[in-house]
Amino acid sequence: MNIAIIKYNAGNVASVMYALDRIGAKYTWTDDEKVIQSADKVIFPGVGEASTAMAYLKEKKLDQLIPTLKQPVLATCIGMQLLCKHSEENNTDCMGVFDVNITRFQSNTLKIPHVGWNSIQAHGENDLMKGLHETEFVYFVHSFYAPVYQDTSAICEYIQPFSAMLQKDNFFAAQFHAEISGKVGQKIIQNFLAL
Amino acid sequence: MLTKRIIPCLDIKEGRTVKGTNFVDLRDAGDPVELGAFYAENGADELVFLDITATIDNRKTLVELVKQVARQVNIPFTVGGGIGSIEDVSALLNAGADKVSINSSVVRRPGLIDELALQFGSQCIIVAIDTRFVDGADWVHTHGGRNITALKTLEWAKEVEQRGAGEILLTSMDTDGTKAGFTNTLTAEISTHASIPIIASGGAGTMEDFFDVFTLGKADAGLAASIFHFKEIEINALKNYLAEKGIPMRI
Repeated sequence: MNIAIIKYNAGNVASVMYALDRIGAKYTWTDDEKVIQSADKVIFPGVGEASTAMAYLKEKKLDQLIPTLKQPVLATCIGMQLLCKHSEENNTDCMGVFDVNITRFQSNTLKIPHVGWNSIQAHGENDLMKGLHETEFVYFVHSFYAPVYQDTSAICEYIQPFSAMLQKDNFFAAQFHAEISGKVGQKIIQNFLAL
Repeated sequence: MLTKRIIPCLDIKEGRTVKGTNFVDLRDAGDPVELGAFYAENGADELVFLDITATIDNRKTLVELVKQVARQVNIPFTVGGGIGSIEDVSALLNAGADKVSINSSVVRRPGLIDELALQFGSQCIIVAIDTRFVDGADWVHTHGGRNITALKTLEWAKEVEQRGAGEILLTSMDTDGTKAGFTNTLTAEISTHASIPIIASGGAGTMEDFFDVFTLGKADAGLAASIFHFKEIEINALKNYLAEKGIPMRI
């Protein structure tokens, strides 16, 4: 199997690569349109800030390529947010695969960012949580979130319920870091690779 | 519900864990990679590796070690000790560390926090604060607690958050090594003023100490070293105990 990890300027992807190494998957880290298009699976990871990341994707024209991909695509953390319509983080227009806007957590009592292990609950159709319990713990670090809407496939509660996972056609997304979420995260990645 | 985190800390010297352990079921208890993987399998929510020698010669050894740990360990892990520049942080993150912990270098030059947060994002920047109660007030210390600074602990905690730290690792030099419990009053004071998570460290001796630091101390995470290494407390048993007492835990 041919896995492409999309190369861009959002954070380091070492943890994602090591997670794939642990399950014996081979991958290419690339921003080459042809390599990405011909891959069996595409992973769109990321840790970073929305407007800087979108600017880079536009420069490389990846913002036009990614929404047209037909193979299974897994986006995590900022990758997931960039697949949504708009992010409140520096008022950034994103790629719009998921028809939902990203907003910032607001609370006077709870801490922001949301950091640590929180439980997620499968919601509607969720192909990546197969073989897992309906509720599982995964590791989050984020200040912005997608509200629950029709493509939400897992819900987490912090300040209010929000989308921990999204699923629409060939696009799969997780707000948490599957690559460092223990055995649960590993199973989610394995389920994605088995699609 | 967001859970409270239990974090074992491993002291590293020249690529080996320093304080011995009595993990008889490990082939090599001095091997940080094997010990880290053991903890990850047995309930630890995160790991912290602290390079206590932190000389330039040891940097390459540390980066190599980080790579090996990252290959093995599937939970978040932090590396600290002697980090003083953007290049240091870049090398450790590229090797697979999820976060770095910085201490003396940001006391010397606080602007480094802003630079690191801008470059790498606040989520991977932990500022470690070593504090000691001297002449009626809590003061920030550096160099493993040997040197007092002119910074009051609460004021410094506020400043590091404002500059972009993602979390604070608060170690009380008054309780560290005593096993008499965490410094709950100061931890609570800082946690109440901060909107970023506080990892409490120093003084854990019993399971009750963790209950106290999460309730009285309002900490988001509890860190300890020797009590875990010597199996005085097993992490899974600790988490079960805390969960039964109503503290949210990842079991």
